[in-house]
Amino acid sequence: MVNRIRPGTVVVLALLFAAAAYFLLPVVWVLIAATKSTADLFGTFGLWSPDPQLGQNLSRLFGTGVFGRWIVNSFLYAGLGALAATLLSTAAGYAMAKYPFTGREALFNLVLAGVLVPPTVLALPTYLIFSEAGMTGTFWSVLLPGIVSPFGVYLARIHANAAIPDALLESARLDGAGEYRIFVSIGLKIMSPALVTIFLFQFISIWNNYFLPLVMLSDQNLYPVTLGLGLWNSQTFRDPAFFELTVTGAAVSALLLVLTMASLQRFWRAGLTAGSVKE
Amino acid sequence: MTGVLQRTPGTGTGAPAQARRRPRRLRPHVLVFVAPFFTAFALFFLAPIGYAIYQSFFKLTSSGLGLTEPTVDFAGLGNYVTALTDEAFTGSVVRVLVFSAIEVPIMVVCALGLALLLDSARARFRAFFRVSYFLPYGVPGVIASLLWGFLYVPQTSPLVDLLAAAGLPHDFLRADTILLAIANIATWQFAGYNMLVLIAGLQAVPRELYEAARVDGAGELRIAWHIKIPLVRAPLILITVFTLIGTLQLFVEPLILKPMTTAITSDYTPNLAAYNQAFGQANTHLASAMATLIAIMAFVISFGFLRLVNRKGNRAW
Repeated sequence: MVNRIRPGTVVVLALLFAAAAYFLLPVVWVLIAATKSTADLFGTFGLWSPDPQLGQNLSRLFGTGVFGRWIVNSFLYAGLGALAATLLSTAAGYAMAKYPFTGREALFNLVLAGVLVPPTVLALPTYLIFSEAGMTGTFWSVLLPGIVSPFGVYLARIHANAAIPDALLESARLDGAGEYRIFVSIGLKIMSPALVTIFLFQFISIWNNYFLPLVMLSDQNLYPVTLGLGLWNSQTFRDPAFFELTVTGAAVSALLLVLTMASLQRFWRAGLTAGSVKE
Repeated sequence: MTGVLQRTPGTGTGAPAQARRRPRRLRPHVLVFVAPFFTAFALFFLAPIGYAIYQSFFKLTSSGLGLTEPTVDFAGLGNYVTALTDEAFTGSVVRVLVFSAIEVPIMVVCALGLALLLDSARARFRAFFRVSYFLPYGVPGVIASLLWGFLYVPQTSPLVDLLAAAGLPHDFLRADTILLAIANIATWQFAGYNMLVLIAGLQAVPRELYEAARVDGAGELRIAWHIKIPLVRAPLILITVFTLIGTLQLFVEPLILKPMTTAITSDYTPNLAAYNQAFGQANTHLASAMATLIAIMAFVISFGFLRLVNRKGNRAW
């Protein structure tokens, strides 16, 4: 038995476990810290909770009323935005893959340039133009910019190119199906793995975007959870009770997303292959 | 319009013939597919960029006594001159360039190292490791920064306790260590994601290639160095470019760590400086010029890098 385990295996496993400890440490810390009182947070060793009071912390967190609202807002911004982005970019990517038209490549190059523009660059300019239109401070000011995903168009186009055979579309046309029906019943069905990937990427991207809601919103009731936690964190210096709220809130929202990510892992991998491997 | 008229009567024979000829005109149904995206793209992507560039050429002039309404005057390149001669702003640009020089190699080495370890024949429990490395990608930057912030502050950190007990250096928030502290947060968040990109690339490699190398007597390390790394060149370039773009945009991490240390100023990075100009100083015109400069910088550097690597060998994408 023992002879089968070679030294190389031991080294590889030791490195893998060390890396896992590194990546899991902050998550483990916050889950433990979420069970502590403010006094214990500062007074006891970080990876041990001598006197857990998770229930009390959670009831205080949701007792603020505003935290539950932030979570709902985040789901609305990210969920609706990602859904709209998925539909828009799939339709555009499909059409750019399957119908040649004048200026197609120029448009696609514009989209590719858009992939390289991170959301952070856009936040301030988007604020300026929304402020000119008198739309800052509204739900729409955070939702609408999220419906654009150049990466989604890129992914949809390469996926449609690779996965939908032209012959299939031709035979559907011969059978008398219109172009819209072909898209809905053939295109969308074949592209469903790409749809899930586009949705997930955009969902995470909207959920994680801090700069945009930071500049757009002033009403706390419209905050996404990231902005709310940032606000609480900035208030800790005047009232230490906010530490407990910030830590418990961070634990709850980290756990929410981590669970979502873990359960959808296979979709991520499908999408990564489509996006990163050269055609 | 004509497209619809042509297609309604006798579609049975007309449509396939039309499709085979592949007309270059934008037919109505194509417009219906692409117009919604490109309308939104124009409104929420191109227009803001264009508007920021436009705004950057103006300035607000208030009369000496402030008795009359301030006027908006054409400033030419005035705001750009102001930004580029402002030591705090140029200092912030140099700082993110230094940060990129630190973070990009760390990220590439970590992501590649993890991918090769997981792809090696010796690895066990692959699914568990893959998920635990990838989890931080789902943690928003704000929360990641909060968590690491608590792990950097001596009062709450088990890490500082352990390092201090072992007699090792444990001050993460000093002026000379803060960039590394921020680099650590970025690595923690994205290394697992980049690792997955590389693993996807590695799995596209036919396994027989490794078998052949093993038959020829190559060990795991030689296979990794001579076969695997050259084969994931394209995804490596991809993650380098995206890390580069991300590091130049540094914003959330220093913003969240700021209350915990004096080492971070309100114009620590170009994005923070632009944010501070727009909301702290209410100078949206100068902020627009700064935002434009940041976008240009990101573009020049990432395209420059792609150019450089594409000239040396095959195109990456």
